[in-house]
Amino acid sequence: MAGASGSAQPSKGLLGWIDERFPLTTLWKSQVAEYYAPKNFNFWYYFGSLALLVLVNQLLTGIWLTMNYKPSSAEAFASVEYIMRDVDWGWLIRYMHSTGASAFFIVVYLHMFRALLYGSHRKPRELLWIFGCLIFLVLMAEAFMGYVLPWGNMSFWGAQVITSLFGSIPVIGGALLEWIRGDFVIADATLNRFFALHVAALPLALLLLVAVHLTALHETGSNNPDGIEIHDHEDEQGRPLDGIPFHPYYTVKDLVGVMGFLIIFFGIIFFAPSFGGLFLEPANFEPANPMQTPPHIAPVWYFTPFYAMLRAVPSFMGTQVWGVLVMGAAILVLFFLPWLDRSPVRSIRYRGPIYKIMLAIFVVSFVILAVCGMKPPAGIYPMLARVCTVLYFAFFLLMPWYTRIDPVKPVPQRVTG
Amino acid sequence: MADPVGPQSEQVDHSRRRLLTAATVAGGAVGIAFAAVPFIASWEPSARAKALGAPVSVDASKLEEGQMLKVVYRGQPVFIVRRGKAVLDQLGNHNDLLADPNSMDSEQPVYIKDSGPARARNPEYWVGYAVCTHLGCSPLGAFEPANATQISGINLGNDWPGGFYCPCHGSKYDISGRVFKSMPAPKNLPVPSYTFAGDAHIVIGEDENPKSG
Repeated sequence: MAGASGSAQPSKGLLGWIDERFPLTTLWKSQVAEYYAPKNFNFWYYFGSLALLVLVNQLLTGIWLTMNYKPSSAEAFASVEYIMRDVDWGWLIRYMHSTGASAFFIVVYLHMFRALLYGSHRKPRELLWIFGCLIFLVLMAEAFMGYVLPWGNMSFWGAQVITSLFGSIPVIGGALLEWIRGDFVIADATLNRFFALHVAALPLALLLLVAVHLTALHETGSNNPDGIEIHDHEDEQGRPLDGIPFHPYYTVKDLVGVMGFLIIFFGIIFFAPSFGGLFLEPANFEPANPMQTPPHIAPVWYFTPFYAMLRAVPSFMGTQVWGVLVMGAAILVLFFLPWLDRSPVRSIRYRGPIYKIMLAIFVVSFVILAVCGMKPPAGIYPMLARVCTVLYFAFFLLMPWYTRIDPVKPVPQRVTG
Repeated sequence: MADPVGPQSEQVDHSRRRLLTAATVAGGAVGIAFAAVPFIASWEPSARAKALGAPVSVDASKLEEGQMLKVVYRGQPVFIVRRGKAVLDQLGNHNDLLADPNSMDSEQPVYIKDSGPARARNPEYWVGYAVCTHLGCSPLGAFEPANATQISGINLGNDWPGGFYCPCHGSKYDISGRVFKSMPAPKNLPVPSYTFAGDAHIVIGEDENPKSG
């Protein structure tokens, strides 16, 4: 079958009937079968499709959990135990959902790292990057609310601590906090509204943002490990010389990525679903107890880097809001990345040593911050957290300067693989 | 299928491509079928639901003739009525009043159908769902034969053989739960599976012989 985009032979039969009323074949061709992606995608390019897979997993298992979960403070914890013990295969559906939440963040963090490697945030993909940052934000809210739903002791106290952040805002903090909670402390009202947001509102927002993210991607086309634009060199029919149609090449390749992911994913689900207490925390196997804080409150691992930054900033002028602001800034600074990066080249392959060192420092600081966030704020950890917070921000805030002075290598015209 | 990309592509081995595609689709289909099992199976009654739906043991030894017990089985009320010899002997005498005297069209276990007018494993005790086959109301007991006014405000008729009366729309049943002719209710009262674990010890929800129809 010719793949050239000029041959508009109308389809026959049922497909033809549909095509007269809905652009099915047109969409299939423009978005999949004749959508050209760079032929040099590597390992780092699996994580976008994996993120979609995990999203579908969370939606499916989440809906199934909702069939037996009871969103009231009196019944929630028991209903999760009911799902785990009495509902046929309930334990599997629950573990798929909890492991999926952590898998989502692993995949998304690696997906974002790919952008830092190859400059996927650079012009003309700034809006694509911004939509991605919005997805990240909504994902964090979704995960936070989801964690409250089992109504374990960590659910309760984690929610108590994180919502208290809003209470630190001067003047309006107290009233705002009461409004968010719907009560004077985390209570049944809070649980119920978090349930509504987690199950309905935020998934809808997420789906909308993912659709918009993919639309923006298809408008500019994908970046690639060499950071060059494949559409700069096209054949007589307008097909990029270094491009290959998404179907069948990347549908098949992504399928391989999916298989590899599923092996690890289900390996964890069947053999280590709490993952040493990182995915399902021990304190959450006890019901919520407003009278008894767990000895050691820490958010789930994917939030700990930001939690470490929050704790690293001391009180000043009688308010702790600075820590909140720093933590917020750590996420906000991501949005500005396209404009902070002033390098004449996109991909790390053609950048100089300064960027490579700064990126390595960034990654190491982020990981150390994650560890700090899991530990009690004692010993070397507070100082370590402060140093790494500075290094985290340095990566971004010094970027306009060091990307300009960093020597670059000549960028090829065509992809090198 | 897209043609190979690039100026010097080798010829496509179409049969190999077909085989690989078919194998992948087949493998994927098997995978999806297996993956669907937990989701579909999770809709089955849970262990808790099954426990709540377990057979119910009833001790009817204190029941006297003409007295009735009502118990709950799987969320529905079940009658147990102790019947005396006089009543049992008359059971074949009023078939002309009944719509389905031989219980050909009743919801009941096979052994009940085979038990004739008594509609019971042990004729002394009648066991049946207290659910009128019209619209599901719970009928009242009216076990005295020939007593037309044993339910206040209702005249059961002078040929009343003793049985049940449904107050919602007036359906009448005899003391084996068989519905009268020309009633709103279409069928005899349904009977659950049950067995006797002792003279007056009834276990509702269990058959010794698991065949029921």
